[in-house]
Amino acid sequence: MTIDEIREVILEIIRDIDDEADLDNLNSGEALRDQLDLDSMDFLDIVMELRKRYQIQIPEEDYPQLATLDSCVNYLMPRLKAA
Amino acid sequence: MLHKSINGADDRYNVVVIGSGLGGLTSANRLARSGHSVLLLEHHHQLGGLATWFKRKGHIFDVSLHGFPHGMVKTCRKYWNRDIMESIVQLKNIVFDNPQFSLTTTFDRQDFTSILVNRFKISQATINDFFNTVASMNFYDDQSMSTRELFEKFFPGRDDVHRLLMEPITYANGSTLDDPAITYGIVFSNFMNKGVFTFRGGTDHLIGMMAKELVDNGVNICKNSKVDRIVIEAGKVRGVLVGDRFIEADSVVSNSGILNTIYDLAGKEFFPVEFLDKVKTVRVNTSSCQVYIGIKKEESIADIGDLLFVSTAEKFSSDELLDMHTRSRTFSLYYPKTRPDHNRYTVVASMNGKFDDWNRLNTNEYESEKQDMIDRTLVDLERYIPDVRQKIDWLEAATPKTIHRYTLHTKGTSFGTKFEGLDISRSIFKAIPGLFHVGSVGIIMSGWLGAINYGVIVANDVDGYIRSI
Ligand SMILES: Cc1cc2nc3c(=O)[nH]c(=O)nc-3n(C[C@H](O)[C@H](O)[C@H](O)COP(=O)(O)OP(=O)(O)OC[C@H]3O[C@@H](n4cnc5c(N)ncnc54)[C@H](O)[C@@H]3O)c2cc1C
Repeated sequence: MTIDEIREVILEIIRDIDDEADLDNLNSGEALRDQLDLDSMDFLDIVMELRKRYQIQIPEEDYPQLATLDSCVNYLMPRLKAA
Repeated sequence: MLHKSINGADDRYNVVVIGSGLGGLTSANRLARSGHSVLLLEHHHQLGGLATWFKRKGHIFDVSLHGFPHGMVKTCRKYWNRDIMESIVQLKNIVFDNPQFSLTTTFDRQDFTSILVNRFKISQATINDFFNTVASMNFYDDQSMSTRELFEKFFPGRDDVHRLLMEPITYANGSTLDDPAITYGIVFSNFMNKGVFTFRGGTDHLIGMMAKELVDNGVNICKNSKVDRIVIEAGKVRGVLVGDRFIEADSVVSNSGILNTIYDLAGKEFFPVEFLDKVKTVRVNTSSCQVYIGIKKEESIADIGDLLFVSTAEKFSSDELLDMHTRSRTFSLYYPKTRPDHNRYTVVASMNGKFDDWNRLNTNEYESEKQDMIDRTLVDLERYIPDVRQKIDWLEAATPKTIHRYTLHTKGTSFGTKFEGLDISRSIFKAIPGLFHVGSVGIIMSGWLGAINYGVIVANDVDGYIRSI
């Protein structure tokens, strides 16, 4: 997958979690948590959805790397290259 | 499909869930939705565990529908469905009445702040500081500070303020001033932030909707099916035994109590010694007593509030609340608005209680203690509804023994374990691959919201495990 495709996947998963999330004005270098109404349960949903779609296992100690949209993309890029 | 016995089960599943409390139901639903084959086994003839109800003489009594935090709205939308979410409504009249203060509140941060400023004369800055401190507490923070120390730090010597802040939480999860401040902070922030909520239609309606959702998502459910053993071979989970029936499974999620799961269902011989040493330190939480009061069909009662925390004890103390003869109880009022198509009034009084106090009585003593508890409850209720005795056509009491009989939980615990149980529950699958535990533990994972959210957290662990084998 390309960077843009991965970004789109993440946004789509967030939209499924919260259909009222304002994704148009998202700053991709800033914590998702601070900009959207996301809590730790929502991050768990993202992890579970990624595992379901792409069979990637994200261990709990890596969760901090999903903090911003950019860091999500960086973290997932090597893992989703072949997807 | 929903079956009345184990005969409805197939021979093999990805996941077997033991127990249909809110934690078990939610794990089952999440795992089925993410594509696994799931069997849910419940020993009782009704689903829901402690989220339960019973019918008497035209009344429907709710056992644990007294109030839950606003967080249930989002949780039900995400992990159940919109119909369930839309049945959640606020309880707006929460009453405190004790020798130190009498007041009515909507139970949210704003109202608590104004009560603390105007009635208790606490400065706005202290209150903000307190709310912000508890709101930022996390379960991996330092747990050496007790709730008592937290209160003394912010409101030194103000046992009236301590009472206001602590009494509802003690009823909600059995915790005391000696439990870690973080467990208080997490629960308080959930609860006292945006008010107290209930489920329109009652517990029976909620569990019915959940059962339908599970069946729609392909979960196979068998009631009247008590799991006798979790079968472990070569250090891994192989399945479960129900009577003489063996059902094979990649993983087992136990919603039975954590100690029941380790000692009775799995067997301690399968766990490493270091793990068992930690298990030995786990304290189960306390239990509950209730008195169920049914009002005659042709009678009504005035609106005296939705949830009343009443006490005639001069001062608040956790020991007083737990005493068999406590003078403190909550009254939950169920007006016709609770079940709009069922035009009846009921009142449920709840007290905290200790299993051993009730278990050591002989049959006669037990019956007479129950009757005394009913009498004391009516005397208290008459202070709010003076003519209530003539209006009653059903009275019944439940004790920690009743809770034990229905849930099988160690010492009839109403709220799982103290804080140390959380770590055991979260790490059990590291001791025995394929074995997971869900259900009230660690104070913070209890209550309706805690149990449902924990069901989601555990489902994520199980999903990760199944997809890795
Ligand atoms: C009196 C009372 C009032 C409460 N009031 C409130 C309230 O107002 N608000 C709130 O949020 N919370 C309240 N709670 C707490 C809340 O009800 C519980 O925390 C929550 O429902 C527990 O869910 P759980 O997943 O831990 O499972 P439980 O409800 O404990 O269910 C466990 C299930 O497992 C089954 N089981 C056990 N062993 C086996 C076996 N071997 N085989 C098959 N099945 C088995 C049991 O039958 C049971 O159905 C109250 C609790 C009590 C007791």
